[in-house]
Amino acid sequence: MTTRVGVVLFPGTNCEFDTADAVRLVGGEPVVLWHQERSVGDVDAVVVPGGFAHGDYLRPGAIARFSPVMSAVAEFAAGGGPVVGICNGFQVLTEAGLLPGALQKNAGLKFVCAPAKLRVETVSTALTAGAEVGQVLDVPVNHFEGNYTCSPETLAELRAEDRIVFRYLDNPNGSVDDIAGICNAGRNVVGLMPHPERATSELLGSVDGLVLWRSLLSAATTAA
Amino acid sequence: MTFDVRVEVLLRGGIADPAGSTIERSLPTLGFEGVRDVRVGKSIRFTVEAVDEGAAVAAVEDMCARFLTNPVIEESVVSVEPAGGAA
Repeated sequence: MTTRVGVVLFPGTNCEFDTADAVRLVGGEPVVLWHQERSVGDVDAVVVPGGFAHGDYLRPGAIARFSPVMSAVAEFAAGGGPVVGICNGFQVLTEAGLLPGALQKNAGLKFVCAPAKLRVETVSTALTAGAEVGQVLDVPVNHFEGNYTCSPETLAELRAEDRIVFRYLDNPNGSVDDIAGICNAGRNVVGLMPHPERATSELLGSVDGLVLWRSLLSAATTAA
Repeated sequence: MTFDVRVEVLLRGGIADPAGSTIERSLPTLGFEGVRDVRVGKSIRFTVEAVDEGAAVAAVEDMCARFLTNPVIEESVVSVEPAGGAA
């Protein structure tokens, strides 16, 4: 049976095709979930891809979190289903309260679009189970509001509970503690600013994203 | 009653404000010296129907907490007054 991965599509999302391709590349079947849908159907995992959902009006993710599909995604996550938010998807998950903290404008007010080196900090998540702690992945970033911030209490909790999933080796946006990605307490919801779907082929300059997609597919198959 | 509402959204103290600091660094090039603490926010204006001013303020504060601001990084200043011309 093929593992089905829901790819959430808001008006303004623009990474859905790349994400669907990445899912296919590792043997999964992408299923597009339009933001007005009230159910995620029978998918085994959900990805909230990058882009500019609802034009990023008000704040990135602020309006997307009220789309009907987000209640279904929250319910899926509460049941232990793997959910990954990439870039704008990470912003949507923080606004929706599925992940703590917020993404503020990059330090230096620069839009960054460049390859980035990420260190895998924990393999106990739906997205990193197949990787190794300390492994360095080459995955591009492409964002203006990717500077992760949170209260000192939340940061202490993320550290103590081993919930910082990725750190930048060379921080491109000023994020606190070099954070590139985090997970929830259940470890099934992961958000990250870099784009693993853009690191899936030698033609794209890196295949380092594949280990993450394979991990997600494997977590999805187990959760199903 | 109709009320005119102004919501000013600002980044919380301690949250980096790169737009504000860029403006602050640029002003001296125009000869404006001594400008400090530039903060860039947004202003949201609308009218709202409510039974009285207290109800209007309560509704607007709820909007701020749940939608208009992200309390992790932003705070708001709300001003509510009877719509222009109302007695």
